[in-house]
Formats: sequence, structure tokens, C-alpha cells
Amino acid sequence: MIKYDSPIIEVKNLIKHYSKAKAVNGISFSIARGSCFGLLGPNGAGKTTTLEMIEGITQPSSGEILFCGAPTGPSFKEKSGIQFQATSLQDFLTVKEVLKLFSSFYQAPLNIQELAELCSLEEFWDRDTHELSGGQRQRVLLAIALINNPEVVFLDEPTTGLDPQARRAFWELIQSIKRKNKTIILTTHYMEEAYILCDEIVIMNQGTIIAQGGPKDLLQKHFNSVTLEIPKKDISKALRQPLPSWGNSHKR
Amino acid sequence: MKRFLSVFIARNKEFIRDRAALGWSLIFPILVIFGFAFSLSDHSQSLFKVGLSDLSLLNNNFTQLKYIDFVPNSNLENMISMLKRHQLDMVIAPESKSLQKYWINSTSPKGYLLEKILKGVEQPTLRYQKQIVSGNEIRYVDWLISGLLGMNLMFSALFGVGYNIVRYRKNGVLKRLKATPLTAFEFLLAQIASRLILIICVSSMIYLGCHWYIHFQMLGSYFNLFIVLCLGAICMISLSLLVASRISSEELAGGLLNIISWPMMFLSGVWFSLEGAHPAVKKLALLFPLTHIIDASRAIMTEGAGLEKISGNLITLGCMTVLFLGTSSIIFKWK
Repeated sequence: MIKYDSPIIEVKNLIKHYSKAKAVNGISFSIARGSCFGLLGPNGAGKTTTLEMIEGITQPSSGEILFCGAPTGPSFKEKSGIQFQATSLQDFLTVKEVLKLFSSFYQAPLNIQELAELCSLEEFWDRDTHELSGGQRQRVLLAIALINNPEVVFLDEPTTGLDPQARRAFWELIQSIKRKNKTIILTTHYMEEAYILCDEIVIMNQGTIIAQGGPKDLLQKHFNSVTLEIPKKDISKALRQPLPSWGNSHKR
Repeated sequence: MKRFLSVFIARNKEFIRDRAALGWSLIFPILVIFGFAFSLSDHSQSLFKVGLSDLSLLNNNFTQLKYIDFVPNSNLENMISMLKRHQLDMVIAPESKSLQKYWINSTSPKGYLLEKILKGVEQPTLRYQKQIVSGNEIRYVDWLISGLLGMNLMFSALFGVGYNIVRYRKNGVLKRLKATPLTAFEFLLAQIASRLILIICVSSMIYLGCHWYIHFQMLGSYFNLFIVLCLGAICMISLSLLVASRISSEELAGGLLNIISWPMMFLSGVWFSLEGAHPAVKKLALLFPLTHIIDASRAIMTEGAGLEKISGNLITLGCMTVLFLGTSSIIFKWK
């Protein structure tokens, strides 16, 4: 497991009540700078509520959220990028126009051409947003999340609904963002996704944390008897080839 | 300012590219105006309408006649002004116990007939003294045009802004915007500005198109009419924002907007004058912004009224705007 500096985000005894239901029930964790942190769990576990409280979209009932050691304030919006689980974009605007619109909201946005390259948006750059496929839409939403060159990127179930090829290509994209030393916080249903992308995982159920640690540690601890490991050298060279880049995979 | 301008431009692009909505906004009011111009202008009022300055006048032979509408109104000056515009066919006011004055318009055939009827039922104890006024008739379409401009403004503001915001909230666009530094004030201001520009453009096109084809009367100042339409549009958009400030169901929003718009359409004097309506209905109509928009614009167009004369309507619209906009910005929620 990779070791990182002081935590960029700390969550302390976070609670969220909706009338009688407790969506999140006193959870605490910290997220290291430059790491990919995963919130894993079934539907209704409280992953999205937790994420939205950290983002500042939902007000917690109680608890504390610290960004670089201080409570998150309005300026946190300039330093964070968010890709929501289910969100639409303005109809009748092209991808380019949507990115220009969102870039105008920030003080120091990235160049949208660079973003288009990073997220492979060129082939549908002038297409209306309501004409995009699921995978293309997710890439546009990710580009919007990155538009302010954020320190922290929140990804809420970014690959839900994507086909396996699009999902793998999206993982590559997330890994390339990670290489830019961004802190990524993502929620997912998929253990495989968390295993590939995350440095640390919190597994949630019914608003509480039931397990926490690195993906390998968690597998060893809880699934040692049912896990089969194959040494890399025993896998044929063809299978170990990296996936083609997004643009190429899309053409295939 | 940069954020406001971006949202404003984006919203305009959305509307202009939505061909169905744009086409409907332009075609519907023009169709209504042409339809009414041809179907109703020749026989819009089948009854005689007589203004009475005193309720005691109702107890005589003339006022017992059938098929004549007797409209009580204590403001004699106002009634004579209406007579000049052919909105009333005769006005009667008491001079003494045995003498009453009546006014007719010298260019009105209905006034001539009513005079003959009045002479036919004259009693020895009550005499009538003739007064003559003159003035050109206001056709129904001249009277109607301000109502239709107001109605178009109302529907465009209520459904164009309110419904759209509820849709944005439902599909998560507002939530996405909330995650940016864009403030609610900047967002709402951009919505108001975008729709205001659109309403003024569409209203101008309707006005010019209809004026070119129908040649309706415009006795007042275009600048005054512009002020009334701008203030009216801002007031209606604010009402729309108030309705849409919290709800996320398009069905509920549609229902609420219909509940608000349909009574206004029938009770604000779009189609018919409320002159002879029950006092309670008249008071209720004063609660609607559309009543003030139509009253003010009609006064400008058909009477040549200045801003001073319509100041009551303008102040009411201004107060309503502050109330609607203030409340909606307090209770507005993104999610």
C-alpha cells in the first residue's frame, strides 16, 4: 500500500438523519492527499449521502468535515470537482458550450481543449449533450468535474450503467487523473472497480462502516479462503497487454 | 457578472434551439389575435350597455326594460370617457328629482336607438335632458390586443421559467450547478433576464405583426407601454420563480401553474371587461398581476394614458415583484 502525507480530508463522527431514518450513523475516516479512496457498499448503504455531505451538497445532522485541517467553506467549491451519480446537462447545448459554461463559473479554469484531449471528447465536441451515449456522457461529466483543476475529485458511481469496455476505458481515465496527483473519492458497487482503482476502501452498510483498509488487505482478511492468486509471470504476455486508449477502443 | 452572462447566454441558446417551444410562443398568440379579429369584431356586444351614476336610477320604467345592461358606476367622468370610446352606449345621471341627464355618442348607432327607447318610456314626472359627446369607436380587437399581449406574457413567464426550473431540479441540473461557485441569485437573475428579453422580443413581434395586419389603435406612448410590459414580465417571472422555488415534480408544477394562470386569464379582463361584474369578482381580480398589466397597457393604448394615470398599477406590480422575488430567493432550493 502506498503511503501518503497528512490527510487532505478528515471526517469525524458524521451523522445524517432523514426524519426517522438514519442514512449515515456516526462514521469517521481520513483520506490521504493524492490517494484514491473508495466507498463501497450496497444500495442504501449511505455512500452517496456521505459523499454529498463531504461535497457540501447535503448538510450533515452532526459531525465534522475538515479539508486540509479546516472546516470546508464556500471556497471548497473552487478546490473540488464533482461527478454526480445521476445528473443531466442543459438541453440544446453542445459539449463545447457546456464546458465553456462551467469554466466561466471558476476563477482559474483549465483550458477546455486540454480537457477535451484528456477525456477524449473530440469526436463529439460539437454534439448536443442529449445525443450522447452513456459512456460519452460520463466522460463529459468527468471533464466538468475536472474543469477547475480541483485538488479533490468526487466520483459517485461513475461507471454504473456502462458496458464492460466503456467501464475499463473509464478506469484508465481515472488512473490518468490519479497520476496527476489528484485526490479521488469514489463510490461504487463493484469490488473489482474498487480493487483496481482504490488505495483505501471503506465498506459501508446501513449507514455504518463495517470494514476499512487497503483492497488487498481486505481481501486477505475476509476472503483468504476463497481467493486465488496467479503470479503475473504465469499469465501470457498477450493477456498482460495494456488496454488500448479510449479513442482506439471506441473505433473497434 | 461573468457567471451571470454565461448562464444568460446558455439559457437563450437553449430556448432558441428548442424549435417547438419557440414556434409555439410565436404562433399561438398570433393565431388567437387573428381568430378574434375576424370572428368577434363585428358582433362583440349583442346588448346595449348603459352606465348609471346612481343606484336610485334603477327604479324607473327605462331601467326595468329587458336586454339592456345597466352598469352602476359613481365615476361620471370615467363613464363619459367610456361612452366616447363606445364602451358604453349611454350614460345617465340624476340632475334633480324630476330631471335626469343622459349622454350619447353622436357617432354611435346604438346610442341613437337607446335615445328613441328612452323617449318612448318617458314619464310626465321625470324628464330627460340630452347631452352629446363624440369620439371614435374602439373596436373589440383594439381593446383585446393589450389583453392578449398580457396573456402571452403571463404564459411565457409562468411556464417558460417555472416549469423549466422544476425540470432542471428534477433531472439534477440544479444540483450540478449548486456544486459550482454559481450563486442562487446569479442563476435566478440570469433566468429573469433571459426570459425578459425573450418576452419583449416576442411581444414586439406580435405587436408589429398584428398592427401591420389589423391596424389597431395606439393612442399612448410606446415607452410607457414598454415600461408596463417590462415590469409586468418581471412580476410574472418572479411569481413563476416562487411557484418553482421548492417543488421537483413537473406534474405538480404544471397543476399549480394552471391553477394560477387560468383564473387570471378569465378574471383579469383579457377577453371581456369586468365593468359589470360582481364587486367581489372585481376585488379578487385586483389580486392578480395580470389585471394590473392589462389595465395599465389598455389605458395607454386606448386612452393615451400617461405614467401618472397608471401609477397605481405600476406600484402594485412593483410591490408584488418584491414580494414574489424576495420570498422565492429565501425559500429556493437547488436539490
